[in-house]
Formats: sequence, C-alpha cells, structure tokens
Amino acid sequence: MNKLLTTASFNKFCLLIFFLGLALVSGVHISDSLAADPNAFNRLMKPKSERNPPPAKDGIHDPQNETTFVLQPPREQFSTLPTGKSGNYVDWVKALEEGKISPRYDLTDPSVEPVVMDLNIVREVKGSMPNVVYPHKQHTEWLDCSNCHPAIFIPQKGANNISMASIILGEKCGVCHGKVAFPIADCRRCHSSKKE
Amino acid sequence: MPHFHHQFTFTFHKLLISVCMALMIFPSTGNAEYGDVVINNYSDAAGMRPVIFPHWFHRVRFRCKVCHADLGFKFQAGGNKINMLKIIDGEYCGACHNGEIAWSVENCDLCHSAKPGTPTQVHESTLQKLIIGGKKDKKEAQ
Repeated sequence: MNKLLTTASFNKFCLLIFFLGLALVSGVHISDSLAADPNAFNRLMKPKSERNPPPAKDGIHDPQNETTFVLQPPREQFSTLPTGKSGNYVDWVKALEEGKISPRYDLTDPSVEPVVMDLNIVREVKGSMPNVVYPHKQHTEWLDCSNCHPAIFIPQKGANNISMASIILGEKCGVCHGKVAFPIADCRRCHSSKKE
Repeated sequence: MPHFHHQFTFTFHKLLISVCMALMIFPSTGNAEYGDVVINNYSDAAGMRPVIFPHWFHRVRFRCKVCHADLGFKFQAGGNKINMLKIIDGEYCGACHNGEIAWSVENCDLCHSAKPGTPTQVHESTLQKLIIGGKKDKKEAQ
C-alpha cells in the first residue's frame, strides 16, 4: 500500500514537472496553469504580465492566420508614449499634448489644425464625490462638435440628465469612456473639483 | 483496495492531463487591446474571419473626428453597415485603405483576422468587465 502510494505521488510529481516545463516552453503563463486554484491571488483580475499582449496571444486574433503575425504588437507602439493607469495603459491626452503623437485632423492634409474650444463645464454631483469638470479643450483636440452635439448631449445647461448607471451602460460619456477613451474606473479624472 | 486506488490515480492523471491541455490550447480569453472592435455583421456568414479594428493603432495617426465626423462612422460596434462594395467605392475603411493613404483591400487577412465566430463587440469595454453579467452582456457591449 505504502509503496503504491509513493509510486502514485511520484507519478503526480513527474506529471506536474512535465506540464510546468511544457507550459514554460509553449510560452503560457504559469498563472494560466494555476487558474483552477480556488485560493489564487486576485482570481478575477488580469495580472500585469497579460496587459497589452501581441495579437497572436490576445484571445481574439486568429493565430492560424499568418498575417496576424504581421500586425504591430501594441507594446511596440506604446513604448514611446506616456503611461496611463488603465485602458491601454497609455495617457493619450498627455501623448497629444507632449507631441509624442501627431494624429491628423484631416484625412489627407496633415497641416489642418483642430478647432479647439476652451470651456470647462462644472457639474455638481451627489454624495461625497468631487464635482465633475468637463473640459471642452481636451475633447475638441480629438473630436468635432457634431460628434457629441446634439445627439449625445443637448448643448444647453441643465438639459442633460447624466448618471453613472447610464455611463456604465454605454450612454452619455459612456459612448466613448469605458470603450476607447479612458475607462470609468479612472474616477478622479472627471470627479476632480473639490466641493466647497 | 490497492487496485481501486491505482484506478483512481489513473483517472486523476487523465483528468489532470485534460485540464492542462485545455489550459494550453485555450489560454484565457479577454486579453485583447482596450478599444479593439470586432465586427462580425456579415463575415461569419460569408465564410471570412470577422474583422478586428484596432483603435489604438489608428488614433496615433488620425484624430477621432476624421472617421467619426468626416467619414460618418457611428460610435457603435457593428452599427455601421460596412461591406466590401462600400469599401471599394471609397466609403468607410475604403476612404484610406485604397493603396493611397493606407494599404489596399487585397490584403484581406490584415483586417479579417479574428477567430471565426467571434461576436461583434468592443473588447475590454466596461460592460464586458462587469464581474456579474459581463458574459451575458458581451454581445450587447457595443
């Protein structure tokens, strides 16, 4: 019995070593192999090592497609850009302000300058959260007035009923924030004005 | 009894092997870049891989306004009824992907690059990241 048990434990040990080796060789993170561990640390959160993966490992690109390997890996582009706290982990506003990127405002003419409007809108909010300051400046660097007005936001004081619930569901600010602009969990970037 | 134990160990090994294999063949999904849009309005039905549009790549080259105001792309994944005829006639992606501003349409697989069957979605969107209801809302996360 004892001998059998020892053989079984040894077999298990060998298998474990084999699979750990195989996992390392095939480039699979050890965290994946331990995903079934009920006591794994931060089991609902993606580890840092899995951020900005190359296309072939990102879970949606087809690695069977040869051209997947021709596509630029995000980390290559992001290496020259200021880092952010969430989303792509790039601070896009800073990248633009610092001239790290110079995206065109016109399809063909690189010399066309954006029509920037510098107007802050302050929205007083409920509870202990700091008030929201909406800066037109940073938004008009990227967007045209017609992108938001009047379909998403009526350009009139008090005419827009905005809630975090609707934003999370992809309405109002959530049309972009939480999808492509910085994510909703970056609370302080909007809730930035201390209450009196 | 020893015989039974041996059988149990064998089954356990098989289970362990299957789990390990599954983890290696299907690594955890949901890793793609924030803002990547999968468009599968017609692709699957036409036997092509769905399209992946990388926002991060394009926003370094163009401001949002160029595509979303000038070219008329709606802010909704799958909301623009884009097909290849419109593209070769210079609409939507075809405004740039014409061999003049960006590479031309013969490079099918550069856009049609998603795993077959990937639903239309904005990858990593808040709705997808909701721990409760995230999966259910995956298709609606647009």
